[in-house]
Parts: sequence; structure tokens; C-alpha cells
Amino acid sequence: MIRYISKKFAFMIISLFCLVTATFILMNAVPGSPLQKEKATSEQIQKNLEAYYGLDKPLITQYGIYMKNLVHFDLGISMKKKFQAVDKIISDSFKYSLKLGIASVITSVIVGCILGIIAAMYHRKMLDNLSMIIAVIGLSIPSLVMAPMLQYLLAVKIRAFEVAGLNGPLDYVLPTIALSSASIAFIARLIRSTMIEVLNADFIKTAKSKGLAGHLIVWRHALRNSMLPVVTFLGFLMANVITGSVIIEKIFAIPGLGKFFVQSVSDRDYPLIMGITIFYAVILMISRLLADIAYVLVDPRIRISGGKVGK
Amino acid sequence: MQTETKTGALHPEMFKPTDRIPGNLEKIERNRLTAWQDIRLRLLSNKLAMTGLWIMVVVILFAVLAPLFSANNHFTNDLVNTNQAPSVKHWFGTDDLGRDLYVRTWKGAQVSLFVGVVAGLIDLFIGIIYGGIMGYYGGKVDEFMNRFAEILYAIPYLLVVILLLVVMEPSLLTIIVAMSITGWINMAWIVRGQIMQLKNQEYALASKALGAGPMRIIFRHLIPNAMGPILVTLTLTVPSAIFTEAFLSFLGLGVQSPVASWGTMINDGVKSMTLYPWRVFFPAFFLSLTMFAFNVFGDGLRDAFDPKLKS
Repeated sequence: MIRYISKKFAFMIISLFCLVTATFILMNAVPGSPLQKEKATSEQIQKNLEAYYGLDKPLITQYGIYMKNLVHFDLGISMKKKFQAVDKIISDSFKYSLKLGIASVITSVIVGCILGIIAAMYHRKMLDNLSMIIAVIGLSIPSLVMAPMLQYLLAVKIRAFEVAGLNGPLDYVLPTIALSSASIAFIARLIRSTMIEVLNADFIKTAKSKGLAGHLIVWRHALRNSMLPVVTFLGFLMANVITGSVIIEKIFAIPGLGKFFVQSVSDRDYPLIMGITIFYAVILMISRLLADIAYVLVDPRIRISGGKVGK
Repeated sequence: MQTETKTGALHPEMFKPTDRIPGNLEKIERNRLTAWQDIRLRLLSNKLAMTGLWIMVVVILFAVLAPLFSANNHFTNDLVNTNQAPSVKHWFGTDDLGRDLYVRTWKGAQVSLFVGVVAGLIDLFIGIIYGGIMGYYGGKVDEFMNRFAEILYAIPYLLVVILLLVVMEPSLLTIIVAMSITGWINMAWIVRGQIMQLKNQEYALASKALGAGPMRIIFRHLIPNAMGPILVTLTLTVPSAIFTEAFLSFLGLGVQSPVASWGTMINDGVKSMTLYPWRVFFPAFFLSLTMFAFNVFGDGLRDAFDPKLKS
């Protein structure tokens, strides 16, 4: 087990190293510099600015310095937001994204499970079809359609919620729904298919013949065994939340990390792009690693020595 | 005496032994179906999947034909008639520059479908070659190629896309290239798994014994037999590519005006949603409809290929 985790961890570090290097090369290959302004600046000022941000040194030295700082968790200073450290920008904006992300993960798991259970219990009946139609619709309506739709119907027409911002607890409702719809659908389908299989297993028949009530069978026996695939879904869920948050934050005007990421790309703010890329990559890789570990821990049937663990 | 059961009329005559004609004992009374006929039959009887297929056909037809047969075109500004509601002249209304939204919506469909199909085909091409070689040779080759894919896979997909867009000009080509960099890995793993299962089958061994080279065995014998899972993966790649294009265009990182794309149209429409809701409605509706169609068709195809679901 420890060997497996350390191997995965080593791969994570290699991937991260490749990503950082590739990002660094890509960004320096772009013509134009973040220091170029609309107004003409004198040559001396330009030189001083370059020296300040260390852009006058040869590329390989810049790369060395960046790597050295990175090992010390120093992501540098933003070139567009005056004198703000990149890690400060990230930690300030990430708290909004984090709250929204947690709300979304919890909502997806709970609602997804409920839909999936209903579908499995009433397999091939009305309720099954209904929840699966809801799931397919959730999967087909992308967040960039879902968010404006909710905004228009519930905030503009009915005025039940604020159109934008994130000031009170009620303001979380719309962004959370928009962010979760795809994951809800995915989890519901996952739970349904495993649960249908589990409900036909022998131990369920035993429970039934013991005279256990229907809801107890589902709750105590079937659900636990059906939760396994959802654990592996964690990595995908995180990726989905992060990708989605970029759009949701834009539509609902939330000052989260996703918004800064897009902004930094169009601003060509090198340190900020690098910083956020690395930050996102680390979060995603760690959640994928955790999902892998959790999967092995939760399901004793999986043996690591037998090659690759489920993707 | 006849017994009526719930499953329809069962008559005792149905259970009479057939006449024993010598020489005819091995005859199979039921119509024999090849694997592909069976799959087609099951796909055709899946109503939801067929609905998806019909929607796909209609959207493709409109995307190709509608811009050709309309009196308007997608880039002419008409500053007198801006933000018009849907009417006889402009079926879907006009945008803030007076451009006809009916034509723009179908031009957007062209972009989305083009990106979806081309990205899907590139994934297919690279995935089959890479996965085929990986699966057939096994051992060290497999180990090495798999490590490379794993490292690439660990790098979050969205980050690669956005980083590449920093370097290259935002355009259709950039989007497709960016999506293909990591998109093929999933396909490669599917192909690898299939090839590993198939390579020890008798027909592959026979071909090897007759002196066929590895490439011939892989591409002439193994890949055609792995076509089922490959096709399913392909149909499910297309909607995710369509979504990514819309996502990037929505963020302003994709295709640029005056070229229409569903993503950019939604982005434009959201800004004035309270006043002119139709500007966001039509692109959003057709984007969702197309993704719905591809998703349900892909699901139906997967079910049709899965012999376990045969009833």
C-alpha cells in the first residue's frame, strides 16, 4: 500500500514538474511582454521594470529562480495587480471558490444519491424513467446555459434570489445548482447502475427473507455497497467544480479564483497564470490521488499488485 | 385448457416438440443474426437513442442548409434593426448589431459540430495507433507508453487548453489542437484494454502463424473487432468537445467575432438577458439539444453493444 501511494505520489511530482516547465516555456515563447503598456515608456523605465521583475536575466536563470522559489512555496509578485503577491491573490479569491465548491460537492452527492436510489428501487417504472430523464437533462444542459437560465427565471422573473454577488447564504443557491447539475446527473446514473446490481445480490435476498423493511434494506445494505464508485468519482467531481466555477463565477459576478484565472490569461500576467495553474493542478492531482487511495481502502476486492487500479 | 399469464398468451401448442427430421437436427429455427444485425436491432428499438439520432440528423441538416437558404447572412450589421424580437423576417430576432440570429445560430452549429467531429476523429486516430501499439506489444513498451500517457493525463485538461490559447491566437484550429493534446488518452486506454483481451485469440494467433506482421494483425484483425467500445467512446467524446468549444468561446478564448459560435452568442446574450431574452435562448437551447442528442445516442449505442443488457 505504501509502495503504491509513494509511486503515485512520485508520478504526481513528475507531472507537476512537466506542467510547470511547459507553462514556463510556453509563456516565454509568446511575443509581447506583460510590461508593455499602451503609453510609450522611456527606455530607462522599461529597463528598471524588467530588472525589478527579473525579466532581464537569461531565460534559464529565470527558470532556475522560479523553480527555487517554487520549492519554497513562493509564487512571486503579480505584474498587473500592483505589488500584490500571487499567493495573497490566490488565498483571497480562493475562499469564495472553496465555499461554493464545498456547497456544490455536498449537493451533488446528496441529490445524486437520492435520485439514483429512487431510480434503482423503482427500476423500469415511472419514477426510474423520471429520475433518469432528469439526469440526462442535467448532463445535457451545460453550466453556461444552466446559470443564465436560473438567473433569468428565478432572479429576474420571480425575484426570489439576488441576480449576482455572494453576500448572504441565499446567494449560494443559484450558483450551487448551476455548478452541481452535471455532477448530480453523473452520480445519479452511477448509483443507479451499481445499485440495480447490488439489489439483485444474494445478501439482499437474505435481508429480504429475514423480513427486513424495504427502506432498511436500501439504507443499511444496498447503499453502502453502491457508494463505492462514487468514491472514485471524487477526482472527476473536483475537476468539474473547478472548470464550472470559472463560468459560474463570471456569470454570477463572484470574485473567486476562476475569474482571476481568465483575467490573468488575457492580461498576460505571467506570475499569476503560473501561480493559479500550479495551484489548480495541485488540487486536482491531490484529489485524484485521494480518490485512488480511498478506492483501494474502501473496496477490499481490489488488489494493487494486480496492475492498474480503476481509472 | 388454456392459461392466461401476464406476459402475454402462452399456449400449450407452443411447447410441442418439433418433428425430428433426420439430417435437419442442427437447424436453428430462430432467425440467425450476426453481431452487427443484433446491435442494430437493439439500437433501433431504443426509442430514446433513436430520438437522439433524429435530433442529430435534423441539427446537422439545418446547420448545413439553413445558412444557404436564408435571405440574411451571419455577419451583415443592420444598425436600424438592432435587438429585434423574433419576427417573420428574423425568425430568431437580431442581436445588438442587427445581425440575424437565425443564421448565426446555425452558423454556430456548424462551428460546434465541426469542432466536435474533428476533435473526436483526431482522438480516434491517435488513440487507436497509440493504444493499439501499447496493447499489442505489452511489457516494457506498454509500461513506458503508459507512463507517458499517465503523466500527460495528470495535467488538468482545462489548464492545457487555456495555456495553449495564451500562446496561439484564439481560433478554431487552436481549440482543436488544444483539445487533442490530452483528449486522445482516454481513447488510447480503451483501445489498449480491448487489444490486450483480443490479442491472444485464435484468429490473431493464426494470422501470426501465417506470417503477418504486428501492424497487420493490429489494424486488420484486432481493431475491427474492438470497434464497439471505440465507437461508443467516439460518440461520447463529441458532446464533451462541443461543450469545451462553447466554454472557451464563452470566456472569450475561443472563436472571435464576426464568426458565430454558440458559446460567444450565449456570452453576448447573457449581458442583455433581462431586456432581450431571445438572444441567449436560441443558442442555449440548441447547444443543450445537441448535447442531449449526442449523449442519449451514445448511451443507447453503449447499451446496444453490451450483451449483458440483452433482454
